[in-house]
Amino acid sequence: MIRTKILLGILFFMRGSTLLANGEPTAADAMFTVNNTWMLVSTFLVFIMHLGFASLEAGLTQSKNTVNILFKNVSIIAIGILTYAICGFNLMYPGEFNGYFGFAGFGITSPIGSAGLIGYADGAYTYFTDFIFQAMFAATAATIVSGAVAERIKLSSFLIFSTVYVAIIYPVAGSWKWGAGWLDQLGFYDFAGSTLVHSVGGWAALVGAILVGSRIGKYGQNGRIKPILGHNMPLATIGVFLLWFGWYGFNGGSVLSADPGVVSLVFVTTTLAAAAGVIGAMITSWYVSKKPDLSMILNGSLAGLVGITAGADVISPMNSVLVGFIAGIIVVLSVIQLDKLKIDDPVGAISVHLICGIWGTLAVGVFSAEHSLSVQALGVVAYGLFCLIGSILIFTVLKYSIGLRVSEDEEIIGLDIGEHDMESYAGFQIFTVE
Amino acid sequence: MKLIIAIIQPEELPAVKEELLKRNIYKFTITNARGQGKEIPVQEVYRGISHEITLLKKVRLEIAVNDEFVDAVVEAVTVVAKKEGDKGRGKIFILPIDDCIRLRTGEKGSEAIG
Repeated sequence: MIRTKILLGILFFMRGSTLLANGEPTAADAMFTVNNTWMLVSTFLVFIMHLGFASLEAGLTQSKNTVNILFKNVSIIAIGILTYAICGFNLMYPGEFNGYFGFAGFGITSPIGSAGLIGYADGAYTYFTDFIFQAMFAATAATIVSGAVAERIKLSSFLIFSTVYVAIIYPVAGSWKWGAGWLDQLGFYDFAGSTLVHSVGGWAALVGAILVGSRIGKYGQNGRIKPILGHNMPLATIGVFLLWFGWYGFNGGSVLSADPGVVSLVFVTTTLAAAAGVIGAMITSWYVSKKPDLSMILNGSLAGLVGITAGADVISPMNSVLVGFIAGIIVVLSVIQLDKLKIDDPVGAISVHLICGIWGTLAVGVFSAEHSLSVQALGVVAYGLFCLIGSILIFTVLKYSIGLRVSEDEEIIGLDIGEHDMESYAGFQIFTVE
Repeated sequence: MKLIIAIIQPEELPAVKEELLKRNIYKFTITNARGQGKEIPVQEVYRGISHEITLLKKVRLEIAVNDEFVDAVVEAVTVVAKKEGDKGRGKIFILPIDDCIRLRTGEKGSEAIG
């Protein structure tokens, strides 16, 4: 009781002048503050996922390309957030529009005069919270591509691709559902972005990996596949834990308020799916490879998380276990199958984000009575076509203008020296003898 | 004066070190090395694909001694590392040394080694 009073006191103190226009704060004002605070906490949880991506991608690639992969990951969040402020937000949430393409103008400004007004989203969050939360998501979609094309794509081409993709393709695609566009009207459901974020990034990752080609030496004659080992499993593991951690904001914040019932349900389904993804991947990789592979269970947890993201608030906890478990199985089989198709994805981004994103979107139709599987499938196909066309177009233009790939010599020496003239582990050597 | 270079298995190093100390040989240098011998290549698995590792982790021991210690060094290494029928255990090379200079004092030859 005392705690509650203190909390209310703090809230009262913190709310600032915008709410106090009418004198006494109301219960609605307090709820507004609580909701908005949760949304901002979620925002920085999603922010930390970028450190997760950076660590995971660095860990699963070779040490000679670490500066390059980190450089890409840092650039992407900057590009994603800036383009979202310039045009992305207003492309994704154009207000009233034809359902396919709308644009509410460049830049962000509070449309109702004051950023702190309770009326913007029924007391759930402010205009600026809305923007910054969504901006973190946009940057996430762009960063998915980075891992799949790692260790051979030219830095400049990658940065141009990401800028165009996250500035135009991602928000336009997003407007179809979250901007209340045509798929939303049809009843398509994607709670936090199995399709809108993960598949959208995943389709581009697929196109990128195919168009840029495989790393030198990965695929030999007679279908021989030579694995190119990631150089730091502890770093990859840290990355996955950070991604899992950040997912509580990714899914928890997608409730778009601090509604206790829904947020706690989402936490449970999200966690159960991630855990089941680990177990699904563990069993599959142990069975297929005869040995349990750490990198596969890392992908497995992410697979479970991507899988539950579309339906985290409409799938029951026990079904979320099933969704995650199946995602864990799918991701391992997909990683192996993509290698057989000679699509070289060093970190498994296509399997985790695209394949499990599709699975998660369809799972809403399977496990939620209110949603139709055929509409979910239509959404998957619509997003697939749009993102494929968009990314093929951008990547092809780049391929025949400035080129997509670094030279063979540069690839062998490593992109750290080739692109940056810089080493990632200068003066650092690990001794194994004692 | 002889330089003895021994290529051994990393896990044998602690035991070899102990045997050397037992024989009053206190000065040696070790480095991480990778090498390929007659052993059957090791299989490793990464993300569902198994692959052969041919260049395996070894330890390279360098010991410079006066001639009368050569047998003791060879014994210290072989008593640990010798295993019949197990290929790729490693090798010992013995080379003559032209000279040796102790940096601190400028002493040369046998004096400097001991």
